[in-house]
Amino acid sequence: MANKVKAMVLTGNGTNCEMEMAHACNLAGADKVDIVHISDLLFGEKRLADYNFLNLPGGFLDGDDLGSAKAGANRFLHAPIAGANDMLIEELLGFINTGGLILGVCNGFQLMVKLGLLPALGGNFTKQSTTLTFNDSGRFEDRWVYLKANPQSPCVFTKGQDRVYYPVRHGEGKFIPESSAILEDMEKKNLVVFQYSDAEGSVTMDYPANPNGSTNAISGICNETGRLFGLMPHPEAFLHRTNHPRWTREDLPEEGEGLAIFKNAVRFIQGKKF
Amino acid sequence: MADRIEVGFKSGIRDALGEKTKKRIIDNLGLQVADVTTIEVYTVAGELTARELRRAAAGPLSDPVIQEFSINRAIAKKFDWLIEVGFRPGVTDNVGKTAREAIELLLGDKIGSRSISVHTSRQYLISGRITRADAGKIASGLLANDLIEHYHVVAADDFDFDAGMPAYVPQVAGKDEPQVARMDLTSLNAEALVKISQEKLLALNLEEMQAIARYYRDPAVIKARRKFGLDENTTDVELECLAQTWSEHCKHKIFNSRIEYTEGRDKREIDSLFKTYIKGSTAKIRKDKGRKDFCLSVFVDNAGIIKFNDDCNLVFKVETHNSPSALDPYGGALTGIVGVNRDPFGTGIGAKLIFNTDVFCFASPFHKKKLPPRILHPRRIYEGVREGVEHGGNKSGIPTINGSIVFDERYLGKPLVYCGTAGIIPARINGKPTHGKEIKPGDIIIMTGGRIGKDGIHGATFSSEELHEGSPVTAVQIGDPITQKKMTDFLLVARNRGLYRALTDNGAGGLSSSVGEMATYSGGCEIDLSLAPLKYAGLQPWEILVSEAQERMSLAVDPGKVDKFMALARKMGVEATVMGRFTGSGKFHVRYGEKTVACLDMDFLHNGVPQMKLKAKWKAPKNAEPTFAEPANLKKALSQMLARLNICSKESVVRQYDHEVQGGSVIKPMVGAQNDGPSDAGVVRPILESMEGVVVAHGICPRYSDIDTYHMTACAIDEAVRNAVAVGADLDHLAGLDNFCWCDPVQSDKTPDGEYKLAQLVRSNMAIYDYTTAYGVPCISGKDSMKNDYSIGRTKISVPPTLLYSVIGRIKDVRKSVTMDAKRPQDLIYILGETREELGGSEWFAQNNVIGNKVPQVDAKKAMKLYRALHKAIRAGLVASCHDCSDGGLGVALIETAFAGNLGMNIDLKDVPYRGKKRNDYVLFSETASRFVVTIHPKDQKRFEKCMAGNVMCEIGFVASDGLFQITGLSGKPVIKEKIGKLKDAWQTPLNF
Repeated sequence: MANKVKAMVLTGNGTNCEMEMAHACNLAGADKVDIVHISDLLFGEKRLADYNFLNLPGGFLDGDDLGSAKAGANRFLHAPIAGANDMLIEELLGFINTGGLILGVCNGFQLMVKLGLLPALGGNFTKQSTTLTFNDSGRFEDRWVYLKANPQSPCVFTKGQDRVYYPVRHGEGKFIPESSAILEDMEKKNLVVFQYSDAEGSVTMDYPANPNGSTNAISGICNETGRLFGLMPHPEAFLHRTNHPRWTREDLPEEGEGLAIFKNAVRFIQGKKF
Repeated sequence: MADRIEVGFKSGIRDALGEKTKKRIIDNLGLQVADVTTIEVYTVAGELTARELRRAAAGPLSDPVIQEFSINRAIAKKFDWLIEVGFRPGVTDNVGKTAREAIELLLGDKIGSRSISVHTSRQYLISGRITRADAGKIASGLLANDLIEHYHVVAADDFDFDAGMPAYVPQVAGKDEPQVARMDLTSLNAEALVKISQEKLLALNLEEMQAIARYYRDPAVIKARRKFGLDENTTDVELECLAQTWSEHCKHKIFNSRIEYTEGRDKREIDSLFKTYIKGSTAKIRKDKGRKDFCLSVFVDNAGIIKFNDDCNLVFKVETHNSPSALDPYGGALTGIVGVNRDPFGTGIGAKLIFNTDVFCFASPFHKKKLPPRILHPRRIYEGVREGVEHGGNKSGIPTINGSIVFDERYLGKPLVYCGTAGIIPARINGKPTHGKEIKPGDIIIMTGGRIGKDGIHGATFSSEELHEGSPVTAVQIGDPITQKKMTDFLLVARNRGLYRALTDNGAGGLSSSVGEMATYSGGCEIDLSLAPLKYAGLQPWEILVSEAQERMSLAVDPGKVDKFMALARKMGVEATVMGRFTGSGKFHVRYGEKTVACLDMDFLHNGVPQMKLKAKWKAPKNAEPTFAEPANLKKALSQMLARLNICSKESVVRQYDHEVQGGSVIKPMVGAQNDGPSDAGVVRPILESMEGVVVAHGICPRYSDIDTYHMTACAIDEAVRNAVAVGADLDHLAGLDNFCWCDPVQSDKTPDGEYKLAQLVRSNMAIYDYTTAYGVPCISGKDSMKNDYSIGRTKISVPPTLLYSVIGRIKDVRKSVTMDAKRPQDLIYILGETREELGGSEWFAQNNVIGNKVPQVDAKKAMKLYRALHKAIRAGLVASCHDCSDGGLGVALIETAFAGNLGMNIDLKDVPYRGKKRNDYVLFSETASRFVVTIHPKDQKRFEKCMAGNVMCEIGFVASDGLFQITGLSGKPVIKEKIGKLKDAWQTPLNF
């Protein structure tokens, strides 16, 4: 029998894409989808251990006031869980160790990177080795972009994907690794999952197809197990064809391209022994 | 003692903010600088140890991958000029607050009894050969707003490269004990009363001051007051409370005045424009609709409520935030958007917010002439307002899906910043209807959200006056979208659990308005100001009562549910404070501790303001008629029209707003083959499981006010409706909102043409009545802002009378909606509606420096017939594209349709149904209302024409694959032939910054 898919969509302190993220999990066939406010975790009323798919949606954690997701990452690292001896970070690491999937989109991706959950080379999940910072344009922008998927990537979310078209909506999406060694290691291990490309599928550094000037046009990365995945563009913003900016002029299937990522996650959990 | 943590980028990392600043210095100020880099500064007060400072700097305050930091040492190494900009004491510092919270969390228990505060500032290091005066100009003209920020300009030679800048903590100096001043108004003469109003920024006129004095002479009132330890003296708390409640902003005194209106020989009395025309028209429409009436709550709450479907209702409100945006564009606009968010949020039992709209009116950002005192350059206002709305909307997670920017030189004195927000609310929660408000005596008053400071004191009275020399700095506020988001997340949970009975927002007038208005439901209240959570010590009781500090809601909570409510607030990290209780005493009773500081009869507070009596006299202006000939080169004319500020692309602004968050985006602001055509209206699906959509559109045409505000208003209403129809909105389910921004229409020495301006207002209201009833589109809410003038020295600038008409509606199945871009070559192009020689106030006349007199006039009956037929055709799937003709008329609508589809067009002007002087430029650029350009697949032609039978329309050409825009003129000769790419460039270039 297939494993039950239990998805948590985390919200609070400025997160704002939780509804559509939860909708995506539902459409993808998750058995249980809960939108959980972070205070429920901090008060021990909900536990990550009761779920196997954690969604970290987009938004502006604490306003991104100290840099995107910086204050949010600080909370994950230093907030205790009321009435228990645990810190929130320990619960999160426990979730990862037991094989849970994590998907971070936009601010959720920024959070993962700043905590060190991605790329987490060598399985070190609390050492930040890359970052996402201000777009070269110096501005927040909402525009649709083409992404080229890496077929060699271990990422469980993007199996079978080649080219996709999603919106980006961020001011701090420029990916920068700490060193060229980190980048080489990531590339060698195929942890670069998505790159910005032109409409024909060629990876590009040209604005606006590459909206932020990311190193090597990187728009999404995973960890070595492929179970942790983060990306700047928003798959949950393209669940129906009417989300596409040209749906009134192109023949499109009813289902939006973004749903495949969530379906892959659900399928992976269903087929996997925990 | 305080410490400075400085954070800068490591070498080799691009400083995008520095680059943007450099570009602005060069573009906006014309100063050639070579390089600009930035350093973030956190000044930490609170006795942190060296190790703790290091942990904070290395942890939440810097990014180890790209940044470096220093503690109490300068990080700056090389520059010619250093400018450091920080906030003045008491100004909201959102980043400082987040930094403090992060450090507190980081230190955990080790923080002990220490109290920490963090204050942010930013250093700009400028390299380049500029003078000290230039550096000063950069600081004051671009980087810092003197009203809310202080700055230091330091030359490299004067800079201590080791120690850096000294730590400075901007603290509000604590005042003495709270005091309540009392004054005896009962015996003062007229002159003295007016003087008090002026000196205290009360914005009350003589009659109103006299009404107050009269109240305190009433022996019955005095007798009742004695019970609370008060007497015939007015307390400052009472006077300020009355001034806020009776302000033009809150009481709409002009709209409720008795007006004697004269037009030629016709003279009539109007007892309240609001009741007669606005409420009156809605009442008539609702009656006419009978069982199909969809209005649920109109004019009584913070926003209007209409039905969406059987399970859900829609809430919509549009506000303006003009005066604060003139002084501090960023803070003013940010507060505008997060402020209007609280309106639908505080309507009924509280709505989830689903989209924002924004409309700005500015002077040209390329303004070259000298600026009058206290006026910021329009480019700075444009960029500041844009950024304020960006931060307010994006950070709140509400998509901005519709808007526009209107330019006119007269917005130099005051920009207009309209912000709108809609929400959705289940029709019933826990079995109870949600659109009303109920409060019982005994219910507890709780204030939740942000704390109270001196920010926004006198906002309501300030915006009830023109911008003048003494306009108060404290009227400026800076919103904090995240504090508000946390609060709304919390309140939606509390709402669904039934933990409160009613809520309203704290906006203009602060607690005095929110609690004062809520108290009308129970019949009184009693609050204790000493309980209020303050940002800093030293606020006087009257300041606490009227402060407009942001992000606050007031609630009525059943006493039995207070504990649960407070526990949930604590858990979700939101501040909530019990302030008192609602009563049935008939008194607005305010204490500070045990001592009563204000006690006013509710009836006097809310109904005691005397009705103004005003005169209005209409005489139609006679403008010069044009003498210019039809230009020989129409291609050039079209190109110039496309580059006009009111017509050109606003994409650079649109892209900086998130228009897709919440996942229900259907019709985006930019559409077409390259996602860059201007759509007519926004459509979203607020319920992701459903295909039902909400449509929002607007109309605004202030140029026509130079001829007749009656037709200006008719055109604005028609524009809003036809924009909604263009994307497929259901005509029988459209509601409107009126937002008037007028110049002072009260005759006085300052306003010698007040009677004419008031007549303009009367005529606008008459059109509201005539056209909303003709269209069956009721006003459900609205707002007026009546003092949009600038008056300093001898300079007076008044905005043109401006009405924004917004509509909200429904589309049953969003898959039927239509966009404005041409879809396929060989599709047929139709013009729907007759074109008349109506170029008065048009963009074409403005291009030729003429106003004219033939303003577009709306034939509502014909328009409705056309709209109904078009809606039928859209629903049947017969319309490939549909675009409304507005600014720039048919010519602009055609080329926009063409380049949005990345396709060419062949058009024959002879086929355009037209009445008037036979000129190609007139046919192309007349702005006659109620017209559309549509394209149709040839196979649908017959069915489409059958659908539209009985309306004026004509096939005028076809869509071409060659990318050429070709027009054959009235004489049969080609008059325009141009690549669409070139025309698109002309349209995209002007505001692409």
